[in-house]
Amino acid sequence: MCQDCGCSLPRFGMQASQHTHAAKAPHGALSTSSHEDLSTNPQLSDAKTLSVIHKILDKNDVEAAHNRRHFEASRISAFNLMSSPGSGKTTLLEHLSEYTSIPYGVIEGDLETSKDADRLIAKGIDAIQIQTGSACHLDAFMVHGALHRLNQKEGSIAFVENVGNLVCPASYDVGTHRSVVLLSIPEGDDKIAKYPVMFRRADLVLITKCDLAPYFDFSVEDAKAALMALNPHSPVIEISVKDGRGMQEFANWLQADHQARFDAVKTAPLSASSTYSAASTHTAEEC
Amino acid sequence: MHEFSIVQALIESCESHAQSQQASAISRVKIRLGALSGVEPSLLATAFDTFKLEGMCREAVLEMEIEPLMLSCNECGFEGEANGLSVLCPCCHSPFTQVTGGEEMLLLQLELNSCEHGA
Repeated sequence: MCQDCGCSLPRFGMQASQHTHAAKAPHGALSTSSHEDLSTNPQLSDAKTLSVIHKILDKNDVEAAHNRRHFEASRISAFNLMSSPGSGKTTLLEHLSEYTSIPYGVIEGDLETSKDADRLIAKGIDAIQIQTGSACHLDAFMVHGALHRLNQKEGSIAFVENVGNLVCPASYDVGTHRSVVLLSIPEGDDKIAKYPVMFRRADLVLITKCDLAPYFDFSVEDAKAALMALNPHSPVIEISVKDGRGMQEFANWLQADHQARFDAVKTAPLSASSTYSAASTHTAEEC
Repeated sequence: MHEFSIVQALIESCESHAQSQQASAISRVKIRLGALSGVEPSLLATAFDTFKLEGMCREAVLEMEIEPLMLSCNECGFEGEANGLSVLCPCCHSPFTQVTGGEEMLLLQLELNSCEHGA
């Protein structure tokens, strides 16, 4: 009989040499040990340890990958816009069309109201509103529901305007290709160091409302130094929708990123693009 | 407070693992939270204690392992713990580093109780 657990070896059809306990591990710590049999043993109510290395948000990540395939099937580049409330995400989208010829649609996330989507629709931009109720972020499932309602042309751009929040949205992949994080001059340059996870996730940081710089003690140098420690390769663009500075540079960044994603595929022989097309056919059938 | 939705995902994942093993209850849940995972451990613990009351995790103890930010430097070859949350190499200050740990939220281990009267 095993001195650790009291089980009788022959019942489990094992040799003594097979029935081992890890030298110093607590009993039951062997996930793949012979004790797996105990879970189906009707006589014993014993604890067993199961080792799993599993991402906690795995389901969300799988759905996010599914969303990305949806976008890619129509050669759409998707960008997740994140910032605190009021730093200018919707205003940026209202004005961006003056600087780019690529059509774009927007999935809007807010706790309540469809005010943001209404503002964009008034400008002739296709927008779908998601009301999250009390949820402080969008997740891949919410975006999936909305992307099927978005009326987008092949080769266009989709923006997901996340719930205004510098904390929670950082933990959720919503199925976009790039994350753009906005920081407005009135918020202060210390926000980057205060919200490291969000700024670590950024592929591009936009410093917005730069026309207000003379009235605030925002140091762009300090902001860039803080970003350097967290995310040294992210570009920073200073913009203002009022005087237009940086807007063309932002539009060019979007276009370059979009082209880099799909032009290589477009010029390659058909078979080389099968990763996109095969996936898209598959997902189109799924939903 | 996205910790509540993370806990919901965690509990769902624990339950599906437990069901696949025909376990009747979960007595311990071990997770690893990266320093840059974006989760506040104390809030997560509170959320877990609130949500576990229903379902297979109701007796479960949550064990959290906090993983510091880990880097590997492409320039000087340094491998190890970062200086706080900075991704610059703590030895040569190079920005050309790779994050090797400390950004993820993982479920590591479950302690399961089996059914007393058969699976």
